[in-house]
Amino acid sequence: MSFDVDAVRADFPILARQVHGRPLIYLDNGASAQKPRCVIEAITRAYEGEYANVHRGLHYLSNLATENYERVRAIIARFLNAPHEDEVIFTSGSTEALNMVSYGWAAPNLQPGDEILLSVLEHHANIVPWHFLRERQGVVLNWVEPEPDGSLPPEKVLAAITPRTRMIAVTHMSNVTGTVVDIAGIRAGTDLPLVVDGSQAAVHMPVDLSKLGADFYCITGHKLYGPSGSGAIWVRRERQAEMRPFLGGGDMIRTVARDAVTYNDGPLRFEAGTPGIVNQIGLGVALEYLMDLGMENIAAHERALRDYARDRLRSLNWLQVQGDAADKGAIFSMTMEGAHAHDISTILDKKGIAVRAGTHCAMPLMAHLGVPASARASFAMYNTQAEVDALIEGLTFCRELFA
Amino acid sequence: MATPAFEDIAATFDFLDDWEDRYRHVIELGRAMPPMDPAFQVPATKVDGCASQVWIMPRIENGRFDFQGDSDALIVRGLIAVLHALYSGLPVEQVAEVDAQAQLARLGLDEHLSAQRSNGVRAMIARIRQLAADAG
Repeated sequence: MSFDVDAVRADFPILARQVHGRPLIYLDNGASAQKPRCVIEAITRAYEGEYANVHRGLHYLSNLATENYERVRAIIARFLNAPHEDEVIFTSGSTEALNMVSYGWAAPNLQPGDEILLSVLEHHANIVPWHFLRERQGVVLNWVEPEPDGSLPPEKVLAAITPRTRMIAVTHMSNVTGTVVDIAGIRAGTDLPLVVDGSQAAVHMPVDLSKLGADFYCITGHKLYGPSGSGAIWVRRERQAEMRPFLGGGDMIRTVARDAVTYNDGPLRFEAGTPGIVNQIGLGVALEYLMDLGMENIAAHERALRDYARDRLRSLNWLQVQGDAADKGAIFSMTMEGAHAHDISTILDKKGIAVRAGTHCAMPLMAHLGVPASARASFAMYNTQAEVDALIEGLTFCRELFA
Repeated sequence: MATPAFEDIAATFDFLDDWEDRYRHVIELGRAMPPMDPAFQVPATKVDGCASQVWIMPRIENGRFDFQGDSDALIVRGLIAVLHALYSGLPVEQVAEVDAQAQLARLGLDEHLSAQRSNGVRAMIARIRQLAADAG
């Protein structure tokens, strides 16, 4: 099946707008993706005609909203090829998900002196929750560095395991270098609990949790063309059984008395309070949209974009791109002598090109790379080769201005 | 009327029609501004809330406000140079009276002032006003 990028673009209303009088070229997808019309309409439909709280009322609308909302659990399971639907826990995004693992699974299971192995590629969301354990209960953080090309070979991760290592937390795709990490390769060499941040990877490639070997795998809806505040974490049943509740409140309990409380079964046990009902309904529509297009087709389109962008960026000898792993997503973090990332993004913005400038919520990686700040162009399925050309033209203009 | 130095800059910007030339000029102003001694680029002079690093250090003599500033981003250096022209030499008690937003709008650079812009012009202006208030 082919991939018609023009048809996909037509599904995203915002891509038709202009910025500073120029057509929008949106290359900040690593931060958040735009939304297709079907998601926007689903949100409106839910609020206009199908809204009530979930899991509570016995009335018509509550039942309808509950059905629409719970259906998304199955959609997420299908999207990730998760073995069991009840392994999918709704979250507001990856940050909540990884804090849930830290607080709910790692905190009660790790002792002072126990070690967590982290990759230097991680986003702060997959770092700071582990720092909490270091600060609060004497857990030790060990770090494994990527190769100079940004790749992270499984054997390097495995070699960093010590007798005190109790879990590994690693991204499936770096949000700075685009590096794809071979999770199955890591799993092949260890039985340790494996926490995988799929925030970037799940957007750009098919994920098969039945084969990946992760114990925890989180996705974030706003990067998956869904609403902000939506997301989920898949937790293998055995690990879910070891996990204590993270947030307490309504919906996650069975009974509450003055001196005792009993909890619901998972996954509801981990979903306290009124959830982001409509956000998750919107995420379900976004994932169905992606599955209709086919993640293999999307990945093929983005590979072609990556290869084209990589070749064109390499031809600019005054530009440095951080990370050039063979297996990487279409994410390019760039520096230019004489121009700060902030300068580059300001000028590109005036040309209608949206990129991110700064440290990309990955300060340990930036320190490792020795780059105080970079400008990041991160592509998505609706981007085109013509937009790569516009980026090159914009960067060349920056070079003229700042050289 | 603002300070003569700022009026000079405003007169130059009057001749510049498109954004590319205005930014070229901001960059030139940034290049022309003397660098701040790195010894003064310390946490006390650093302005938070900027995507790039920004430092501002006051120099107040005989009741007149002046400052030195720097940034690792060239456009931001240029904006600091513009702010320097806008504020330096003023009696400290007049610093708070400057309508920076209106003055920067004259240069066609007012977009840098909107509330959440990460370039930090607002943060720099807030720091300048605070430094003058502390001295006054």
